[in-house]
Amino acid sequence: MVSEPQGGLTEYIQHHLNHMVINFRPDAGAFWNVRVDSIVVSFVLGALFCLWFWLYARKATSGVPSKGQAFVEIIVEFVDTQVKDTFHGDRRTVTPLALSIFMWVFFMNAMDLLPVDLGGWLVHTFAGAETAHHTFFRMVPTADINTTIGLSVAVLFIVIGHGIKAKGGFGFGKELITAPFHAEGPVAKTILVLPNFFLNVVETLSKPVSLAMRLFGNMYGGELVFMLIAGLMVSWISFVPGVVFNTAWAIFHILIIALQAFIFMMLTIVYIATAREHH
Amino acid sequence: MEINMTFLGQMISFAILVWFTTKFIWPQISGAIEERQKKVADGLAAAERARAELKDADAKVAVEIKQARQQASEIIDKAQQQGNQLLEKARAEATEEINRLKAQAQDDIASMAQRAREQLREQVGALAIQGASKIVQREIDPAAHKALLDQLATEI
Repeated sequence: MVSEPQGGLTEYIQHHLNHMVINFRPDAGAFWNVRVDSIVVSFVLGALFCLWFWLYARKATSGVPSKGQAFVEIIVEFVDTQVKDTFHGDRRTVTPLALSIFMWVFFMNAMDLLPVDLGGWLVHTFAGAETAHHTFFRMVPTADINTTIGLSVAVLFIVIGHGIKAKGGFGFGKELITAPFHAEGPVAKTILVLPNFFLNVVETLSKPVSLAMRLFGNMYGGELVFMLIAGLMVSWISFVPGVVFNTAWAIFHILIIALQAFIFMMLTIVYIATAREHH
Repeated sequence: MEINMTFLGQMISFAILVWFTTKFIWPQISGAIEERQKKVADGLAAAERARAELKDADAKVAVEIKQARQQASEIIDKAQQQGNQLLEKARAEATEEINRLKAQAQDDIASMAQRAREQLREQVGALAIQGASKIVQREIDPAAHKALLDQLATEI
């Protein structure tokens, strides 16, 4: 395989797990790294989604829809139905949020289906073997923890925002220290302030972590399996089983791609719905 | 697995994406969908209304047809009655006419027979006189023998 370094499967996979990185402050440590591949691919995919839906939204007609509009409407209505079933309230901001998450995560996950060596091959062909050896590019933004954490932390802010909006700043703060353990009398209440607050912080923080880790783990693992299978195709003996496994895994992965996008969307809606509930 | 500035970049990308979807995609598409839903609902309601109206009209038509049929049969009955009456009257008149004509004809026949008898009697009288005059070889005075001749004629 074209971009494979001299050291066999382990090095092949390690090579493939490197990001294209730009460091704005090399002296200040790895935190200032920016993974260009994640940013660019996710941004292009987001723009693609915006463009696609915007083109149909612009000339959306309430009459007989074109096939393209009907398809877009099916997606929108699918998301809206999920939101409607879980979240009871003003959906004007919730459904667009869910739609964005679903489509964006789906698009980013779908990058997993591109051949793992396509990028390397393109660089190798157009820029030469020497450049290819130094250029790293990972096509799946959701297999980067930064992307999934970024998404889930943004979702967390939105969830907290919904909570404050539904209960008011005071109500939200009060719930932080009076739930889930309820008590009668000022003494018992004071004692329970700390445990309640601690539990609520843990509960709140567990949401973005579980969201991000689930998506990241699925996509990272999926990518890894694709690379392992690609390793099979190095020799002609294992080439045919390699193709069979690759196809099987790709077909199975279509399910994971859609499912993970759906789960991310559903959990976001559930979190928002729970945040709006009073204890 | 390291967290770095990419995280912030992705958050900003996500924020832009959500803003764009909320502003430019969702309102248009959901608006179109809702409007179409309303149109379809209106259309269905209109169809339902039209169906009800059709049912009403059908019932009305059925009643009207029934009435018309009844009227028609009444008219036919009346017409038949009238026809029968007319026929009856015509028959009566015709019978009367026939009777009248028959009577007249009988009268005519009777008077004609009477006249013919008269003439015959006269001619027979004349013939008798002629015959008698031939027999007697002389002129019989009809005036002188009128009484005789008349008596003869009545006897014939």
